[in-house]
This record gives sequence, structure tokens and C-alpha cells, in this order.
Amino acid sequence: MKEPTAKSGARNRAVALPVAAAALGMLGMAFAAVPLYRAFCAATGYGGTTQVSKAAPTVEGTRVLSVRFDTNIAAALPWTLTPEIPVVDVRAGETKTVFFKAHNASDHAISAVAGYNVSPEQSGAFFDKISCFCFSEQRLEAGETAEWPVVFYLDPALEKDATMAHVDNITLSYVLYPVADKSAAAAERKF
Amino acid sequence: MATNAASPAHDDHAHEDHPLPHGWRRYLYSTNHKDIGTLYIIFAVIAGLIGFLLSFAIRLELQEPGIQIFPALASVLSGDGSIDAAKNLYNVFITAHGVIMIFFLVMPALIGGFGNWFVPLMIGAPDMAFPRMNNISFWLLPASFLLLLTSMFVDGSTGFKGFGGGWVFYPPFSSTAGTPGPSMDFVILSLHLAGASSILGAINFITTIFNMRAPGMTLHRMPLFAWSVLVTAFLLVLALPVLAGAITMLLTDRNFQTAFFNPEKGGDPILFQHLFWFFGHPEVYILILPGFGIISQIVSTFSRKPVFGYLGMAYAMVAIGVVGFVVWAHHMYTVGLSLNTQRYFVFATMVIAVPTGVKIFSWIATMWGGSISLRLPMIWAIGFIFLFTLGGVTGVVLANAGIDRALHETYYVVAHFHYTMSLGAVFSIFAGFYYWFPKMTGYMYNETLGKLHFWLLFIGVNTVFFPQHFLGLAGMPRRYIDYPDAYALWNWWSSFGAEITAVSVLVFLYVVWEAFSKKRVAGDNPWGPGATTLEWTLPSPPPFHQYETLPRISGGDH
Repeated sequence: MKEPTAKSGARNRAVALPVAAAALGMLGMAFAAVPLYRAFCAATGYGGTTQVSKAAPTVEGTRVLSVRFDTNIAAALPWTLTPEIPVVDVRAGETKTVFFKAHNASDHAISAVAGYNVSPEQSGAFFDKISCFCFSEQRLEAGETAEWPVVFYLDPALEKDATMAHVDNITLSYVLYPVADKSAAAAERKF
Repeated sequence: MATNAASPAHDDHAHEDHPLPHGWRRYLYSTNHKDIGTLYIIFAVIAGLIGFLLSFAIRLELQEPGIQIFPALASVLSGDGSIDAAKNLYNVFITAHGVIMIFFLVMPALIGGFGNWFVPLMIGAPDMAFPRMNNISFWLLPASFLLLLTSMFVDGSTGFKGFGGGWVFYPPFSSTAGTPGPSMDFVILSLHLAGASSILGAINFITTIFNMRAPGMTLHRMPLFAWSVLVTAFLLVLALPVLAGAITMLLTDRNFQTAFFNPEKGGDPILFQHLFWFFGHPEVYILILPGFGIISQIVSTFSRKPVFGYLGMAYAMVAIGVVGFVVWAHHMYTVGLSLNTQRYFVFATMVIAVPTGVKIFSWIATMWGGSISLRLPMIWAIGFIFLFTLGGVTGVVLANAGIDRALHETYYVVAHFHYTMSLGAVFSIFAGFYYWFPKMTGYMYNETLGKLHFWLLFIGVNTVFFPQHFLGLAGMPRRYIDYPDAYALWNWWSSFGAEITAVSVLVFLYVVWEAFSKKRVAGDNPWGPGATTLEWTLPSPPPFHQYETLPRISGGDH
């Protein structure tokens, strides 16, 4: 067999290098998918991701939907979280405030952060929160009880959306997860 | 494909300056595409037998309601014969069966094996573009396979050995939450190696096909098998890195406290499913496209006609490859996609039936009016067309999001993908094996025994998988070691089919042994004037180096 010449080597590299670059590019795209997916969910309400709003809406709708509250606590967190009212009727465009009572039953201070979404999932695009304890990390001292407000409204645009036509109940769900102390996490690390 | 080979390009004295390697060096250090292809095929047969034994154990377990086989297997393999260890081992077996059959049987056989052997021969190239890279592509695979087998024997979910979460590796079961032990890390590293192997191989195929075609061998004159490998190589390059990225994120989630898929820290496990299926759906076309290419060659050869609609066939594969990248969420209808998203994925999925239909009808049109000889490879090819069409029909059923609600994760899905993969892809492997065996070895097998192999496997696998449609429609879920008595009848028949299949595997091994021991000389072209591609112009087996003088290709028919 003939040894490969310098010319054929250059021609082969001219094909192989772009193909290898495409493979590396796809690897990069896989990682880029993480922030893109998050941005996509936040923008479209995909997966029941609620919207964040600065101010109350200016138009008032006509439909009245009932909003239920669901609270869950991660197994490792000795807290309770209870809404002041389990179900509330909300007219589209009307701003509501609901308080959640959180209690730390343990003998030491713990920080926690809430994961949340709404169901059915398509209502995420129309569920706007102006203020929520879930926007930031929360800390409760040993035995402390706190009342956290959630200020939200339903976007009147939902009345024009076909997929919302048969939705009369929306459930807003929270899961509280413990946040490991930076120093404690360092001590816990196995290696 | 009209082939005017300028001269028989294989004089023996050409090797005088280039001594042939011998012994273990010939294979371990091999840079020869035919030797590497042979290694791939041997590897695939061994891995395939292991994967088959795993599925055989599964079917034996499911033959009767109750848990019979796996406690004993678990006590042998992990030293724990409890019912819970048996249930875990069952899931470890289905996981390993899936991964082995996909990554260590079908891909090495079709792409590494037949691709390495016949793409250079068919396009008139002396070897692959990067022979040393070809070597590392193969030798990464045994290392990868070893890691996967090791994963079955190290700690997995709490108290058990091995990873049992299926070949899809969904978190949280594959995160430390579900599988704190290192077995999942072994699986991830195994897939990293298998993925690197396939990507390197794909780069090699693309470069070879673009740069090393013989004079006159334009892309539009290239045999359809070479086309199928080219499209497959592009799918590999674009899809596998996404899997590599997803499982790397899983690995860092497991070991370095990142939170890509961990909701406690703001991650999302559904993202893993999107990434996985963005790879996973093209992957199923990676598994079947080279089979399409093989079937095209065989149907054309034994109908003594150029394949019907050559360009349509080539671009149907390109279309399947392209559309295959935008249908991934049809595996995820139940994760909470919006109605419009589901509508899109239903539509896009059904669109794939169009180019696939083009292929099926073109094969039939190739046979129509042809001078058909029902030699053994042709029988396998017709078997493939029948079985793959059946699997395709159930695929169109499952494409409907509404129906999928009921059938998701049932045996109907199992039946569907085994009709396309276990029956489709594997039948195309056997078709290619029997088609090219005389070329690769120089020996002719016993065709009557080969037909016995075909009929036993055909009856066997249909008996295994056809009743699984009934089980799925009746609501029997996948991935369980046991089932209510109501499902007993068809499970018994399904397992009975597995026993027939086991006999066919033994017949296959005997056919190969018989061919090598009888040494019937096959001749350059045992298939007659229908076999027009370049490999049939060479001796059987071909010389260590072929095409010292490149063949010239003229004429436009295929």
C-alpha cells in the first residue's frame, strides 16, 4: 500500500477537523442547553413555571378561577409550612395576597429554599407573582415562626387562550428544601 | 453500479516491501480495515450472546407468574438470594441487556463490522482515511464493555449490586438519591468510552467517504450501504456528544455536588430526559440505517435489478436522519408537555413514516419484475422488510400522544421497539452476515442450515414479541419481575418463543462452525450477475491490501 502523501493528509484533515469541531460543538450545546432550558421555561411558563411581575395588572378580566395551595417539605427539613387558606377564588386581573405560616421545629437555625410550580402546566404562563418567599433563600431561627406573603395575580390574557378554556382550578405547589450551610457543607464533604 | 475495474488490483508481489503482520500483533496493532472489521464482528457476536443470555433469563423468569429464577441468580451473582435482591437483579439485567444490545451488538456489528469491511471496498478505497484512529475506535470498546460488566457487580442502589434504572438512566434514580453506589459511575464511564469510540469511527467514515472514493465514484453513484453509513456517521457526530454531555452532568451531580438535575438546588430532572432523547431518538436511526443499506444491496443483488429509485432511497435516509433530530419528545408525552408541543411532536413523528415508506415501497418495487432468487441472504432481507414494517406500524400508533397515554411504559412499547430493533436491526445483521460471509472468509456456509436458522429465529422472535402487543394493550407494565395471573397465557407463549430463539442461536453458531470446518470455497462472486458492487470484483477473502491500482467507475446505473 502506498504511504499517505502530505497532500492526502491535508485533505483528510480538512474533512476530519470540521467534523470533530461539530462533535465538540454539540457537546458544548448540551451544556448550553442548561441555561437555555431554564430561560425557555421562565419565558414560556413551560413545566408550570410561574411568571415574575413588577406591578399589578391594569385590566380586569371576567373569569373567576380557584387557586389551591399545596405545600411539601423535604424529608431532611424539620419545618412546617401552611397556607392561611387552602383555596382562594381569584378573578383574572385581580391581585391577591396569601400568607404562609412557616415554623422551624428544630433547636437550631436552618436556611431553606422553595421549589415551586403550578398545575396544570399551561397555566404557568398566566400565573404572575409580584412577591414571593420563594424568590430568595429563607432563614428561621430555632423554634421561630414566620408569616410569608405571596402576592400574585392571574393574567387576564388567559381568557383568550384556548388551552386555558377548560381550566377552572390551578394548584400552586411549593417544596421547601434545606440549604446546607457553606461551612457545614465543607465539613460534610467526604474528600 | 457498473464497475469497470481497470485491472485486477491485487498482485501478490505488491506486498514485498510491506510484510504482513502475524499473530496477536496483527489484531492488537491492526490498522487494516478488514482486520478491524473482523474484530468488531467477533466482539459483537460475543457481546450479543451475553446480551441474549440476559434476555433469556428475563423470559424464563416471566414464563410463569411468581418469582422463580432470579433469587437463585442473585445468590450466585451477588451472594444475596432474597426476593428484593432478585427484583433488583431483574432490573439490572434489563438495563444491561438494553445497553449491551445497543452499544455492543448492533452498533459494532453494523457500523464497526460491516462498515469497516465494506465501505472502503465498495467505494474503491485502499483502506480507511485514519487507520490508526480506526484501531483505537475498536480497542476502546472492550474496555467500555468491561466497565459495563463490572457495574453489574459493584454497589448500586442501597443494599444491592448493579444499576437497574434501564438504558435511559433517568435521574433521580440514576443520581445519588436512587443509586448511591458506584455502579452508575461505571455505567457512565463505560458509555463515555463507547461514545468516544463511535465518534472517532464516525469521523473516520465521513473522511473516508468524502476523500477516498475511486475515480468516477461520485456520491450519486455510491452504493446505498456506503450512503447509509455516511448518514449514520453524521447522526453519530451530532447525537453522541449530547449523550456525553448529559451523562457528564450526571457524573458531576453524583460526585462533585453540581445540581444540573437536582431540584433541591434548582436543577430539573426533566432536562436530562430532553438531553437523553435528543441523543436517544437519532440513536435508534443510527441502529437501523446501516441495516437499510444492507437490505438495499441484498434486495438488488437477488432481484438482479438496480435498486428502484436510487436517489430517492439515498435521500430518504438523509431525510430520516434530519427529521430524527426533531422528534425526541415523543418519548416524553407524559412529562407534562403543553398541548401544542405534543401536537408538534405527534406530527413530526408521523412525518418520518413518509421517507420510511419510500424505502419499504422501493424495496418492494425493486423485487417487482425482478429475477428473484431466494438465496439465504434474500430470505433474511425479506424477513427484515416484513418485521420492520410491522414495527413501523406500531410506531405510528404510539406516535399519537393520546394513545401513548395508555400505552406508555407497557409491553406494547416493548413489542414495538423489539420489532424494529431486535427483529429489524438483528435480521439486517444476519442478512449482511450471510451475504458477505463468503466474501469475508472465502468459505460458503450450508444454506439449508442457514435457512433452518432463519425459520427458527423468525418463528421464535415473532412468538416472543407478537403476544407482547396483547399484553401491552391489556395494560401490562414494563420493568417488573412479576405480573398478575391475568397476563399468564401470553407471557407463557412469549417465553416459549424465547426458547425457540435459543435453539436458533445454537444453530447459528453451528452454521459458522460448519462453514469454517468444511472449507467450501466460495469464489469471488457466489451470487451471480446481480452482485454488481466493487467488493465482488475482488477475490474471497480479499487480499490484505486491495486496489493497488484504483478501479475506475463509469456508467450511472446502480
